[in-house]
Formats: sequence, structure tokens, C-alpha cells
Amino acid sequence: MTDYLILRVTAKFLIPIILLMGLYVQFHGELGPGGGFQAGVIFSAGLILYALVFGLDRLSDAVPIVALKVLSSVGVLLFAGTGMISVIVGGEFLDYNLLAEDPVAGQHLGIFLVELGVGITVASTMLLIFTLFAAQNDHV
Amino acid sequence: MLRVSDGAQLILIILLPLVVAPICYVLRSVRVVWLLTLATALSCFLMSVGLLLVVLDTGGFSYHLGGWAPPVGIEYRLDLLSAFVLLVLTAVFFVCQLYAGSLTVASSSKEVPPAIAPAFFAATLLCIAGLMGIVVTGDVFNLFVFLEISSLATYAMISLGRDRRALTAAFQYLVLGTIGATFFLIGVGLLYAETGTLNMREMSMLIPDLVDRQTAFTGMTFVIIGLALKLAIFPLHLWLPNAYTEAPSVVTVLLAGTSTKVAFYALARMVVSVFGVETVVETPLPRLLLIVGSLAVLFTSAQAILQANVKRLLAYSSVAQIGYMVIGLGLLTTEGLAAGFVHLFNHALTKTGLFMAVGIMMLVSLDARLSSLAGLGRQMPWTSAAVVITAFSLVGIPGTAGFISKWALLDAALAQEAYLIAAVVVVGSLLACLYLLRLLDVMYFQVSEKPRESITIPIHMVTALWLLAIACIWFGLSTEYSLSVAKLAAASMMESL
Repeated sequence: MTDYLILRVTAKFLIPIILLMGLYVQFHGELGPGGGFQAGVIFSAGLILYALVFGLDRLSDAVPIVALKVLSSVGVLLFAGTGMISVIVGGEFLDYNLLAEDPVAGQHLGIFLVELGVGITVASTMLLIFTLFAAQNDHV
Repeated sequence: MLRVSDGAQLILIILLPLVVAPICYVLRSVRVVWLLTLATALSCFLMSVGLLLVVLDTGGFSYHLGGWAPPVGIEYRLDLLSAFVLLVLTAVFFVCQLYAGSLTVASSSKEVPPAIAPAFFAATLLCIAGLMGIVVTGDVFNLFVFLEISSLATYAMISLGRDRRALTAAFQYLVLGTIGATFFLIGVGLLYAETGTLNMREMSMLIPDLVDRQTAFTGMTFVIIGLALKLAIFPLHLWLPNAYTEAPSVVTVLLAGTSTKVAFYALARMVVSVFGVETVVETPLPRLLLIVGSLAVLFTSAQAILQANVKRLLAYSSVAQIGYMVIGLGLLTTEGLAAGFVHLFNHALTKTGLFMAVGIMMLVSLDARLSSLAGLGRQMPWTSAAVVITAFSLVGIPGTAGFISKWALLDAALAQEAYLIAAVVVVGSLLACLYLLRLLDVMYFQVSEKPRESITIPIHMVTALWLLAIACIWFGLSTEYSLSVAKLAAASMMESL
């Protein structure tokens, strides 16, 4: 695949933009269209494009499978942990009002953390599925 | 002692497995993962006992997620019925995890290789979290989400079977399960279009006025057919025998004791609590439920007699037992519902125990063909004794748990003067007698052609099996915690309309 000059150059140009777009959708999610799920898919799409053009090994060097497994769990735990904080404080599960002194700031913080958890899990799970399927093909 | 509020306990019981699952997934040591899962299962069980006691005292409570009051927010409602089913689920889950401890022993870890055992435990935790979520939620869309969580985990667990046919079975269940879930979702969408709410209680107040509207009626039909697929009601049961047969025993025991039970709960909840008895009586549904339930009992019991594979035999018998529960629901009386739910309880104990015993015998016989179990009655006297006890309970011999629920069902049918239904119940028990006698005949009265090497059975498996076998006898003699609670639950469910 390294022979295709046009593909390589365009991919190198596009991948940072795709990743940036993913981060934008992630962190702008509570104010406009977007959110963790969409952001995770866009972000992982950038990395999958990288693997398609430059090979799976290069992607595995950058993001090892173990890291993907851990990240996919960390995202879920971040989501659940955010919800649990309000239970520990004495409120109800996922009640963001209790996360900060000011309820509005609490809602901001809560939705931010939860969406971040979703984003991390979706991105790493997408990559995990892709990597596992692609690696399986290598062995045949 | 730490005092946790009831609401926090309700959310913790679902959250705990949901949080432990990803932790299990990243850990490597099978033993650590197993202990973590077992501890989670035990805590869930203790919490559900606590919740049942609270509900028996107060009659139930509601929990608002995120502090958003219903009907805007998602509401979790715990009443007597959901607390009862929650207790059954967590008890079966705990015993199944005890049984799954055999995966930490080298001799029997062939079933699920140690490399993927942590993922297996993570999947069981996700599955049970989803199932418990279905039971406690008071929001129909949330019910769909939990249905998908548990189903996806189940598909993955079934595909772990050693045989490659497990992949076909998992795929078949994946396709049919997804169709079921989609039907449910379409139904919920139509009902939402008519009522403008997803909250069960709100919906139940609006539906009686809307029943003449085509959209609401279609929505109800879709919901019922979707859940019927998940429940494996007779003509929609084709995924179940394959899934139960090809899945590893550690998975089959969990499925047999939990997933169809929860689907039955969901169906009863939608039909009785959301649509309402007055609404449903006007429709052909009760008659239909009685017909398919009876057909399930007669037809699949007869099919079970013809099976050559012992797991498949028990799987067909499960479909027949689902038929009994559906008959109980179809009667649409308090007694019928109570009989359905007490059968849910007793059958969860009985069938999980039987599948456990078969799983243990398969360690020796190495395959599930009925003929390969020949002579095991002599070689494994204790396990075979447990098979006898659970088989008696499945038939409904007095003194075992199965008798209580069959009797309750007969009673409910006779109270409605539904003599044909009562006859079906009796004939179904006779058919069950036939297929279980085939199993016992092979085990006790036939001699194996080739000598088998004797292996030590992991203590986890034996303990789990005997816990259930003793429970089958205990709940056949004392109905204080099974039938009485089921009756109270059914009564409160019929009243709360």
C-alpha cells in the first residue's frame, strides 16, 4: 500500500483533520449536535483509515490491543463512576446537580464526564473490533 | 453497620455487575476474576433479599434516575413482583457462578479456555445486569435497552461453545433475538406515538381510552410478539433448543434459569400492568395465550421424548415449561398469575439443577448423547441422585417444588372451569414423566460398552448442584417464601390498575 503516493499524501492530510473533527464533536457535544458516540466513531474512523493505508502493524504499534481493551473498560467505568459520585454524596444515580456547588456547573461537568466515557469506550471498541477482525484475516 | 438507603440499594444491585464486568474484562487471572464475580453475585443476592423484605413491609417504591421525576425521567419501580423475580434471578446467578468456579480447575477448564474465561465472566455479569434492569425498570424504552444489553451478552456467551455448531446457534439466536427486540421497539414507538409517554404507569393510565385506535392496538401486538420471540413461546421457540444445546454448560445453566424467566416477567408486566386486564380481556390475546401455551406443553414435550441428545431433550422440556407459565398468564386471574410466577421460581431451580447435573456428567461421558450416559447411575451415585430429585421436581411429584406450581396451575384452571387446560397440565406432566424416564433408564439400567476413567468432579459444581437439589425439596415442602409471595405479588399486580 506504501506505493500509492496520492493515497498516502491525502491520508496524511486527512487523518489529523478527522481526529480533530472527532474531538470537536466530543467536546462541543453538550452545546450543539454531537456527543460521545458520534465523536468516538469519527475518531476511530481516522485511526482505521490510518491502518488501511499504512498497515495494521503501524496502528498496533501506535495503539496496542491491550491499551484498547483497558480503554474500552475505562470509558464504562468513567460513565458509571460519574453516576456513582452522586449516589455516594447521597443523591440519585447520575444526578449531576450534586457534582459541583452550582447545579448548572454540575450539569456541565456531569454531561462532560459521561460523554467522555462514552467517547473513549466507543472509539476503543470500534478499533478493537476492527483490529481483531483484520488480524484474523492475516492468519488465514 | 453501614445503612444504605433502599433506592441506592436498588441502583447498586444493577450497577455493581455493570461496573465489575469491565474490570473483569481487563484482568488476566481466571481465579481472581471468578472470585470477583462470585462476590458480586453474592452481594446482589443479599441486596435482593433486603429489597424483598423492604417491599414486603412497605409495598414498593420508585427511584428517579438523575433526580428527574417521571414521566420526564426514567423511573425504576420495585414492587412485590419485581422484587420476587429479582430474588430468583440473583439466587440463580449466584449458584451458577459457584458452578462456573469449575473453570478455575484445570481438568474442566476445557469448556471455556482460560484465555477467554475473563471475557466470559464479564459477559455473564453484563447479562445479569441487563436482566435485572428489565425487572426493575418502569420505563418501556429503558426495558428495550436492558433487553439488548442482556441479549448481546447472551449471543456472545452461546458462541463460546466448543463445537462449531455453537456459532450457528448463536447466529440463529442473534437474528431471531434481534427481530424480537425490533418488534418490541416498533411496538413501543407506536404506543409512544399514541400516548406521548414511555413511562409504564403513565402509559397504563392512557391505554384504556385508546384501545379502539388502530395504532395503539398494532403497537400492543408488536410488543407482545417481540417479547414472545424472546420468551420462546411455542411457534417462536426454534432458536432455543439449538442455543441451549450448543452453549457450554456453564452458559446453559444460566440461560435456563434466567433469560426466558425474565422475558416472561416482561410479557406479564406489559400485559397486566401496562395494557391492563380490562383492556386485554376484550382482545383475542388471553385465548391465544392459552392455545399456544397448551400447544407448547403438548407438542414440545412430545418432541422432547424423541431427542437423542440430553441437552436438547431438556431444552425442549424448557419450552414446554414456558407453556405452563404462559397458560398461567392466559387465565388472567390472580391465581393464574400466581401459578405462573411460582412456576417461574420452581422451574428456575429445577431446570438449572438438571442442566448442572448434565454438565457434570458430561465431564465423564464427554458428549451429550443420551446413549453415552449409560451406566452413570452406578459410577456417579451422588450426581445421579440429584438428577432423580430434580427430574421428580420437573415432573411434579409431591414433595418437590414442581408439584407446588403444577398444583397451583391446576387449581387456577379449575377455578375458571377450564377443564381442557387442566387436562393439558396433567397430560404434560405425564409426557415429562416419559422423557425423564428415558434419561433415568439410560443412567441406571443400561451398561456402558467401554470403561471410563474416573475423574474428580470440581467441588464447585457439586456444591452448586446440591444447593439446587435441596432447594427443590425445600420449596416442595415449605411454600412460605415461594407460593405465598407469588400470590401476594400477583394480587398486588392485579389491584394496582
